Amino acid sequence: MATTKIPIGPYHPLLEEPEYFILEVEGETVRDIQVKLGGNHRGIEKISEDKTYDQIPFLVERVCGICSTSHPLAFVQAAEEIGGVEVPERALYLRTIIAELERLHSHLLWVGLAGHFIGYNTVFMWAWKYREPILDLFELVTGNRQNYAMMKVGGVRRDIPRERFGKIREILDAVAPKIDMLKGAILDDPVLHARLKGIGILSTEDVHRFGALGPTARGSGVPIDVRRDDPYAAYDRVDWDVVTAESCDVFGRAVVRVLECIESVRIIRQSLDRMPDGPIDADVDALPAGEGIGRAEAPRGETFHYVRSDGTNRPLRHKIRAPTYQNYQTYRAMVVGETVSDAALATASVDPCYSCTERIAVVDRGSGRRLGGWREILRASREKTERLVSGLMEARTTSDETAGGGSNAVGEGRGRAPTEFERLGRWERSPHSLNPPRSPLGGGKSADAPPLGFSSAFGGVLTRQSLGALVGRRR
Amino acid sequence: MATLATKALKKSIWVFHLNTGACNNCDIEILDCLTPRFDLERFGIALVGSVRHADALLVTGPVTRASAPRLRLLYEEASKPCFVIAVGACACSKGMFKEGYNVVGPVDAHVPVHAYIPGCPPKPEAIILGVARLLGSLS
Amino acid sequence: MGPDGRRGDVKSKVDRFREGLGDRLRAWRETTPRRAWATVDPAAAPEACRLIFEELRARFAIMTGIDTPEGFEILYHFEFPEERRMVTIRTLIPDRRSPAIDSVTPIIPGAGFIEREIAELLGIAFRGHPHPERLLSDDTWPAGVFPLRKSRGNGEA
Repeated sequence: MATTKIPIGPYHPLLEEPEYFILEVEGETVRDIQVKLGGNHRGIEKISEDKTYDQIPFLVERVCGICSTSHPLAFVQAAEEIGGVEVPERALYLRTIIAELERLHSHLLWVGLAGHFIGYNTVFMWAWKYREPILDLFELVTGNRQNYAMMKVGGVRRDIPRERFGKIREILDAVAPKIDMLKGAILDDPVLHARLKGIGILSTEDVHRFGALGPTARGSGVPIDVRRDDPYAAYDRVDWDVVTAESCDVFGRAVVRVLECIESVRIIRQSLDRMPDGPIDADVDALPAGEGIGRAEAPRGETFHYVRSDGTNRPLRHKIRAPTYQNYQTYRAMVVGETVSDAALATASVDPCYSCTERIAVVDRGSGRRLGGWREILRASREKTERLVSGLMEARTTSDETAGGGSNAVGEGRGRAPTEFERLGRWERSPHSLNPPRSPLGGGKSADAPPLGFSSAFGGVLTRQSLGALVGRRR
Repeated sequence: MATLATKALKKSIWVFHLNTGACNNCDIEILDCLTPRFDLERFGIALVGSVRHADALLVTGPVTRASAPRLRLLYEEASKPCFVIAVGACACSKGMFKEGYNVVGPVDAHVPVHAYIPGCPPKPEAIILGVARLLGSLS
Repeated sequence: MGPDGRRGDVKSKVDRFREGLGDRLRAWRETTPRRAWATVDPAAAPEACRLIFEELRARFAIMTGIDTPEGFEILYHFEFPEERRMVTIRTLIPDRRSPAIDSVTPIIPGAGFIEREIAELLGIAFRGHPHPERLLSDDTWPAGVFPLRKSRGNGEA
């Protein structure tokens, strides 16, 4: 049978980075995937050779917007290893808090995107809504929602005064139950079980062969985690668990990410409790010649930095490797053999941080009929979810065992209370664009009316009036 | 609600988002504009999936070599008038990546730019404000 | 029980690696208790990688290529997480005119990307690489220009 190619990319509403995958398909089954990087290559390692050790944390923070702080953290640790620098205790805890807050916001971001992939747009809105307070927290303690400029060689640049701890605890107390709710929703939801299980299989042998990292590896039961394997910051001073799942599939990776959020909250709370007073900076003046390795467990896995110093204030060589660079290479193993509708889901399940690595242009391997682009794949993914939902609802009405198992039927109670998602009207058909769904709270609106009910239900901060005032001032 | 904003935005605007090698921060803040707190759609601004439907291009990134031809192609494909908005320090000026050997931006080196929204990244409020001001200046 | 949880009489994987290299090991250095560096000749590098990756099941982290006055240094970074140690295999390719070394991708599929990247940015050929296509550079990138070389990148030694 002839293989056909379905290019995903270059530009589509959800994953707008110029990344290129090519899927080669036989009928409904993916036979090969090509990943090509390059659209985001900015030559940062070369730029770094011209920057000082004080400048580089700002530079590498922008390797990737989401795993932002893992890069400066890994870098300063590599430099500190060269200099044998002892970082003050307080700084170690501050580093930990920032890193775990980042993990929280990153995992919530992924949960939202994953929801959008499969057609649960409410999940997207919901996860991103509960992500906002964490970004507020970042702005409160570092001055910026993204790009925190916290790390420096020898410590951190900014303290978090004790007066702020109350606010941090308050936001954690508000977010933690939402994460618990997410956990329950994902673990209980029969549609998510049916949709995510058994897809994108990555064996433990392939984790080893491809050097897979982070939740991608831990979702296959491989318990690697830099925070435990090469302790840094304050991770060996607080109690927490490495989270793994044994299913080796998309569902396993999702479970790992949600449970890690719970561990992150635990780590941050203990760090606030145990953080001693004292200096936050070892005041490093110079580094000797030498080489060092610094690593941090970014939300996607190990961020690896190698630095070679010649004793000057600029590195001789600075190697930067983000986790997705390795995880990309698992695609051939986990996507081949899947249906088209599941291919996108599998690729998203490694939480690709495109800017951390590179996206290459499409490799044209010759003629082949183009079956569609991202839009078609997204539609196929959501259609599958629709079919699963219909199948489950039919099973409920015919009293058969559902795909999700037993009495866990969807909809009005069959011996089980509706999940949070069901109460919110969790599943709604959504167009390919990112328009929010019709508000479950403001039913009856026309298709063209702006969903004011939706926004006011969630309490928009930027109102029509305030925007009008801002716009009007310039007229 | 006859506010100035309502007058400026009485026509909805469809926006296409393009990343030319950005680190994702600007892109995430743009997506954030759709979430309940900012809810871009209230102001009649909607992200669309095809450049042919777009009134405006939101462009992030310092323009890497590989993305430059695509940036130009997408601008050409967009139905005119199409307003290009450079979002973030990289799109405005290449930002920290100006010495990058693979960086050929900024955006206005390849396509005309009608509004610049600096920031690293600019907050969602700033992005919405920038788009709204562009619309205000056009009406 | 040692600090990494091993019983005192069981040889660590790091030690087994060091011994397994035999006289292929040119130099051994430990910069910290968690960082070991093993120098081998380029011809021995793939075998050293096979020993540590296949036999001893170390985790492959990444490779680094460095342009030095003595030649091109290739670093292969591995980890034994259960022993809390990283072991880096170092080799030096003295030929600056046509630097080449056998690819380890047939042994370590996860090395596929980085060998392609080093080939592009430093101009080192990895013999036997199953997919030696461009990774990062676009098709209009000028031939013979290797951005990470310390020389002007014009391909000359």
